Amino acid sequence: MSHAVDPAESPLTPESWGKLGMWVFLAGDAMSFGALLAGYGAIRAGSVNWPDPTQVLGINLTAFMTFLLICSSVTMVKALSAIKHGNVKSMRNFLLLTILGGVIFLGLQAYEWTHLIMREKPVLFTTYEGTHHLFGATFYAITGFHGAHVTGGVIYLTIVMLRGMAGKYSASNHNGVEILGLYWHFVDLIWILVFTFIYLIPNAPKP
Amino acid sequence: MSATHQEPNYMKIFYALFVLTVLEVGAAYLNVLVAGFPLILLGLILIVLAVVKAALVGMYFMHLKFEKRVLGIIALTPMILCTLLIIALLPDLTGGTRKPEAPAAVVEQVEQP
Repeated sequence: MSHAVDPAESPLTPESWGKLGMWVFLAGDAMSFGALLAGYGAIRAGSVNWPDPTQVLGINLTAFMTFLLICSSVTMVKALSAIKHGNVKSMRNFLLLTILGGVIFLGLQAYEWTHLIMREKPVLFTTYEGTHHLFGATFYAITGFHGAHVTGGVIYLTIVMLRGMAGKYSASNHNGVEILGLYWHFVDLIWILVFTFIYLIPNAPKP
Repeated sequence: MSATHQEPNYMKIFYALFVLTVLEVGAAYLNVLVAGFPLILLGLILIVLAVVKAALVGMYFMHLKFEKRVLGIIALTPMILCTLLIIALLPDLTGGTRKPEAPAAVVEQVEQP
């Protein structure tokens, strides 16, 4: 696709300002997650009675949630691939599957939180096993911040899908879908890190 | 526009991510199944697996491998902040676990009123 030549065009001018904008946003967003995870690491390393996450949290359920987000990333690239070939209907179907993946993920997260809060030995925001503890605070803050991103992603996916059904995208004009994909894959990428650091990493051995 | 840039084999990436996820969960269970498995090593294995997965998503799904270098540099800038943060927090990381009798560690165990 040829575009009007911007007078200020330089070798650094991106092929798509929208894509550059999304990348800058994602870099900033990654800093938020980085700060949350670094803070979590410091709190956990400084704690003498941090519970072993694999004993408290359900690894099997969250492993399935990880798998689900990876699947929804694949349907996202398939949607972009479809519109690159001008197939609007296939793009809609793949976006619908991606939305479904996101919604099921959120449902499972709601189920997980409910279970953690309602069970006999609850993980509460400031309390664990009857004492003040930051285990719940860090857990809910980080998974909640990520869940908010998935929620935003589902809304964003829905808007792009509706625009696609209204015929706004085509083989020569699929930039909007590509930018959406960047956001969605980023949410997947962050979950991969959250899953490892919050759920899987064991406690350091006691000295 | 780079309409010609080749499309990677997405299914291959999917299989790789799936296998890595299975390995991760398997590694996490090593902790339970193999008594005395060195936990530092286990932590390192898990972090390496996560970084490989994140890199696969970034390089292929987010097309960084096929983009201009500038985007890759933007994508890596958060690492600078994270590194600085970890360095800034290091004094705290070595506090509690090594000296459980230190007052800072006791505060955390105060009974709820």
